[in-house]
Amino acid sequence: MNDQPIEQPDPNTQEVLPRDSDEPPIVVQGLVNQFGSTRVHDGLDLTVRNGEILGVVGGSGTGKSVLMRSIIGLQTPTEGRIDVLGKTITGIDPDQNIGVRCRWGVLFQGGALFSTLTVGENVEVPLKQFYPEIDPDLRAEIARYKVLQSGLPEDAIGKFPSELSGGMKKRAGLARALALDPELLFLDEPTAGLDPIGAAKFDRLTVELKETLGLTVFLITHDLDTLYESCDRVAVLADKKVIAVGTIPELVETGHPWIEEYFNGPRGRAAQASHLRGEAS
Amino acid sequence: MDSNAQFSLEEDGDGGMQLALSGPLLISTIGALDHQLRGISEPITTVDLSGVEVIDTSGAWVACTISTEHEAEITGANERAQRLLDAVQGLNSDIPLEAERDPVWERVPMALGQQVFEARSGVAGVVGALGRVIIGFGNMLRRPSSFPYRALVAQMEQVGVSALPIVGLMSFLIGVVIAQQGAVQLEQFGAEALTVNLVGRITLRELGVLMTAIMVAGRSGSAFAAQLGTMKLTEEIDAMRTIGISPTEKLIIPRILACTFMMVLLGFYSAVIAIIGGAVVGQIGLGIPFFTFLSRIQEVVPLHDVWVGMIKAPVFGLIIAMAGCYHGMRVQGNSEEVGKRTTMAVVSAIFAVIVLDAFFAVFFTEIGWG
Repeated sequence: MNDQPIEQPDPNTQEVLPRDSDEPPIVVQGLVNQFGSTRVHDGLDLTVRNGEILGVVGGSGTGKSVLMRSIIGLQTPTEGRIDVLGKTITGIDPDQNIGVRCRWGVLFQGGALFSTLTVGENVEVPLKQFYPEIDPDLRAEIARYKVLQSGLPEDAIGKFPSELSGGMKKRAGLARALALDPELLFLDEPTAGLDPIGAAKFDRLTVELKETLGLTVFLITHDLDTLYESCDRVAVLADKKVIAVGTIPELVETGHPWIEEYFNGPRGRAAQASHLRGEAS
Repeated sequence: MDSNAQFSLEEDGDGGMQLALSGPLLISTIGALDHQLRGISEPITTVDLSGVEVIDTSGAWVACTISTEHEAEITGANERAQRLLDAVQGLNSDIPLEAERDPVWERVPMALGQQVFEARSGVAGVVGALGRVIIGFGNMLRRPSSFPYRALVAQMEQVGVSALPIVGLMSFLIGVVIAQQGAVQLEQFGAEALTVNLVGRITLRELGVLMTAIMVAGRSGSAFAAQLGTMKLTEEIDAMRTIGISPTEKLIIPRILACTFMMVLLGFYSAVIAIIGGAVVGQIGLGIPFFTFLSRIQEVVPLHDVWVGMIKAPVFGLIIAMAGCYHGMRVQGNSEEVGKRTTMAVVSAIFAVIVLDAFFAVFFTEIGWG
């Protein structure tokens, strides 16, 4: 760790990365998050490459969600610097407009759908917020195809979140996250609480969307199958830092005891076996 | 993203029209373009995308829609554009986004009719809830060791002790207003001295308990409904049931006992503070010394006035707590319901309190406690 404080440039003077840039969209440097006397992160560094699905794993309480909240600006870190799409978002107000918020989509753990709006209206909310000039007809069309693209049936469009199952809520949340055609997609435990068939479908959907839309995905998960099936690289959070980033074989080679236990435990081996079977067939 | 999406219409070689789109076709630029495209009435045979720099699914959607509408062919799409076009192809649907809502002139009478229709089950529900509470009491009498003393004390603190400042302030001001306004009217008959009777009797008999009940309904009745409603939504109550803990015994009974008991104390406290407020006005405005005012109260207020207030107080407390708990336990679905039920708890509690108060007033006068 360097002792010098990390420079915090003014986001108003920074240039947003253009859409087709190859620069890393997320750069986290020396992140420190402290709640009371507990340090969740201590000098965490992480770079997310353009166009990859980065899985983030770690035991419970290692601050995966806090890391995500820091990156999307909902949590002001104690120290450190986070650049998203070329803008430094540390030290700005969560409601301040810095021109990058329309370029990421977030799927929260429980879906976080607005409970008084239907699924279709939920997807319309970001469209209305950022592009009020779009014709209401076109907006409705966009909302409809986003819902269908997320793999929901047609009749889900006019339903309220309370009428949907857990898996459908996640898909509806995904549709809302994709509403603005973001370049960055944040998924917080997308497959938690889904049945294996639903989870496998969701994994495939993530990969499909990444490939067709060219998304960069930041994916927090506990699901080993998701890691094997959809992630290009995996970042491991432990000891308040990212202890390793790489493909799963690369991680296992580091020989860190936690990683060893994670991927070589009974569940890890089962997931690997099913992944290999899937590749062979 | 500085430049705008543009289009041009030209005749192609074979006598058809070619629509050429150019510039960035993104959600940020599509709004204006879409507007113009919808205005095209001439038939189009091809849609040329070769001038498009960047495209996202919204852009692809607009290109796709226009080509389907005119049965035109899409040409010049680069690899990314083609991928997106394939992705959005066939995803159209005409299901309305809004849930079906009836117009207001149908909705309001329908809701009213529904309420009348459901009144019976509502009454049955309240009576059933009261019955469950009584059974819960019975169970507790048989097993006094399982009584939730801690919860009871915590609720008593919430309902009673922490309401002391606001109830005190309210009562003091009410006492001041009654004494001051009463004195103005009684002066016309030269009967300012009767201000003492007015303040003493009205606060002990009616206003002390009534105003306290309204305050407690707003503070605690709403809190009960919101707490229980949220616990219902987060399945805490279901969890309790599966473990074999009765929510009636652990959650509702402590609240009802605390509210019933605390209403008595708060009602009396409120009357006392209101009398002090009146006495302050007497000292300052009417020339009746403070302690003379208080000792006159003893002489002019019959003891049964105190009883009238103290008999009403626990009944009101019971109603407020029952309304809060009943509506809280009826929450289901989403967070909006919590708000709705909380409002209903407060409104129905205050309404029931005022109606009952009228009955009590007639009743006590009839039995000679006028």
